[in-house]
Amino acid sequence: MTKTLNKLALSAAALLASGSALAATGAVADEFKWMTFAVFGVIIAITMGITYWAAKHTHTTSEFYAAGRSVSGIQNGWAIAGDYLSAASFLGIAGLISLYGYDGFMYSVGWLVAYITVLLVIAEPCRNIGKFTMGDILAFRNEPKKVKTVAALSTITVSTFYLTAQMVGGGVLIKTLIGIDYEISVIGVGILMLAYVVFGGMKATTWVQIIKAGLLVTASILLVMFVWMPYGFSLPDYLQAVAGDTKVQAQVAKLLGDKATTMTAAELGQRFLEPGLFLKSPIDQISLGMALVLGTAGMPHILMRFFTVPTAQAARLSVIWAMAIIGGFYVLTLFLGTGAAMLVGPAKIAAVDAGGNMAGPLLAQYLGGGENSMLGNFFLAFVAAVAFATIVAVVAGLVLAAASAMAHDIYVGVIRGDHATPQEQVVAARVASVIVGIMAITVGIMAKGQNVAHLVALAFAVAASSNLPAVFLTLYWKKCNTGGIIAGMLVGAITAIALVMVSPNMTYPQAVIKAAQKVIEGEPASEAKPAVEAKPGEGFTCELFAVCKKAEPAKHAELAKPAKPGTREKLVTLQARLDAATDEAEKKTIQGDLEKVKKAHDKAEGDLKKFDGQTTSMVGLEKPFFLLKNPGLISIPLGFLAVIIGSLLYRDQRAEDMWDELYVRQNTGIHAEAASAH
Amino acid sequence: MSKPTMNWAAIDADPRFQALHRKKTTFLWGLMIISTVYYFLLPIGAAYYQDLFKIKVWGVVNVGILFALSEFVVAWTIAYVYSKKANAEFDAMAQEIINDAHKMGA
Repeated sequence: MTKTLNKLALSAAALLASGSALAATGAVADEFKWMTFAVFGVIIAITMGITYWAAKHTHTTSEFYAAGRSVSGIQNGWAIAGDYLSAASFLGIAGLISLYGYDGFMYSVGWLVAYITVLLVIAEPCRNIGKFTMGDILAFRNEPKKVKTVAALSTITVSTFYLTAQMVGGGVLIKTLIGIDYEISVIGVGILMLAYVVFGGMKATTWVQIIKAGLLVTASILLVMFVWMPYGFSLPDYLQAVAGDTKVQAQVAKLLGDKATTMTAAELGQRFLEPGLFLKSPIDQISLGMALVLGTAGMPHILMRFFTVPTAQAARLSVIWAMAIIGGFYVLTLFLGTGAAMLVGPAKIAAVDAGGNMAGPLLAQYLGGGENSMLGNFFLAFVAAVAFATIVAVVAGLVLAAASAMAHDIYVGVIRGDHATPQEQVVAARVASVIVGIMAITVGIMAKGQNVAHLVALAFAVAASSNLPAVFLTLYWKKCNTGGIIAGMLVGAITAIALVMVSPNMTYPQAVIKAAQKVIEGEPASEAKPAVEAKPGEGFTCELFAVCKKAEPAKHAELAKPAKPGTREKLVTLQARLDAATDEAEKKTIQGDLEKVKKAHDKAEGDLKKFDGQTTSMVGLEKPFFLLKNPGLISIPLGFLAVIIGSLLYRDQRAEDMWDELYVRQNTGIHAEAASAH
Repeated sequence: MSKPTMNWAAIDADPRFQALHRKKTTFLWGLMIISTVYYFLLPIGAAYYQDLFKIKVWGVVNVGILFALSEFVVAWTIAYVYSKKANAEFDAMAQEIINDAHKMGA
């Protein structure tokens, strides 16, 4: 096994090296790329060393799936943080704050509050009752084959959604950062992650996650020190400087459009610290909040982490540590985001990546001395390497969760009826990991260029609507049984998925074509419009479904607007100006503008070509039928309801008879799976 | 290593287990409701009480920013309060039951 491991490490290194040869342009300048690869190399070498060590201690199923239940509470807390803080939260939230200020920060709160549910109702009972998977918990007093099948399906569904989002996001991220080709990034991430999981199982995965969380926290603290120190660590003084920055004010003016014309510079800056620049629909946000608060506790890769600690007390301690780390990190993102907005500027951040994902890396580069400095690029290289470690760590946790559902629940539990030998079980676990890993790589490559933003929200929504009601009710409701669990998991998952399929998350060709035409052709002049008062809708249902009139917010009066030229016209005028320009500096700025306009033009043209002749979305809709981006508001209550109705209709005396045992065991830990003696 | 059979119904009926169950249920639901209500006040406030959120209280720092930061403090406090109570009280109560579990009704 050691030999194969070395070979794998070599091939991973070779892949990354070949990546540098193929590298196109990225945020890291070509002459500094070796630094990023050096930091990557160090991280890969250390994690491979750990995997080698872990592989020697991974022989039984308990070791493979649960690290022999020997992970300490503090270690598990760091590992949970490492499992949870995906690139989306690390780079994405800092980015949202850098572009939209307050709303971005507000968005981060739910990700921490989610752990209250995990702490209070899930972590300890699961540790006391469970073995390796969510299916084990559900099978405790229900018909094992039936519930394990449904639990495994749901686990694999949630993991695949989340995994695809991570793979695609990771591939794009690595390309934007260092310019490695998308496919190579995806394969590189996949092979590394497979090496950790297949050889080192949960033990290696845990340590990869701990190292990643440590790196992430260290990098963030250092950056925040640099950003905040000049203001003597005073919050008002620092935010005063943010609000007083002209780049920030320009961004707010851009976001507010016509409304900004009557505001002073100070008012614009202050607006950055107030809600409402990004999140528009409060109902949608509450729906998202529900999915986060209940979905995190139903995420299979998070649930699985509680089987790695020796006792329920250690599970409790691990959530406390995870909350301290995750919460502390999100508080730091406030400074990372606003710091990037003030020092780098929202316009520049959005120019590299429209979603703001590069805010953190660009801030690091700035703090180290800027684009052409050695230190600045070392900082950038370091942050890029942390982002890479982040993707690998999260993906490894997800693959392990999906593989355990496949091998432990489906193969061992359902197909073999729990009669597989320990050796067969470990082999099955490794084979399943390889299958899931290859699937993740394939799906990642196939989904290149696809819109995957909705997949993360969807994963949380399915976890909250399908997994959580089943787990929660089997732990806390005597009458819950097999019928309820099957009904609840299917109804919850199907509703969540169906609602997202008809939601604004999907791509609607008509809207894309219209937007693209607007970019190319420009907008005609418009006359002044009087203010319009808010119109109430025709009821709450109308806010959710496109069946009746939705409430309309008040509109400010608008001044007459001159016609806006499209990119087609702009290209011609800019080219003419470039030809006429004589001054070198002037030529350079025009050249830069020209490139930007060209990029926008090409993108719009590409959209037109891509959606030419199409009028409906994937499911045949011209525009969204469900008006929220997050289905939780509807699918979560439906999931709970289905468990309750299903249980009442199905009736199972055995499930009720076993309630005493379940309830005593989850509260006392009697007969809980013990730590293996290692 | 087969596990000894237990009389689960007897343990469940034990007054000490009932006391643990009652205490834990009230405490957990209380904390859960506080944290959920407090969390959803943030999006609701940011959407419907913007004038309140915009009031500056500490230099440029407004009510909204302090409220968002307070969400973190409240979450941490709830976690701390729960672990304190569980470590000091629930664990001890459970331990007593575990110690006597084999004797009960067996």
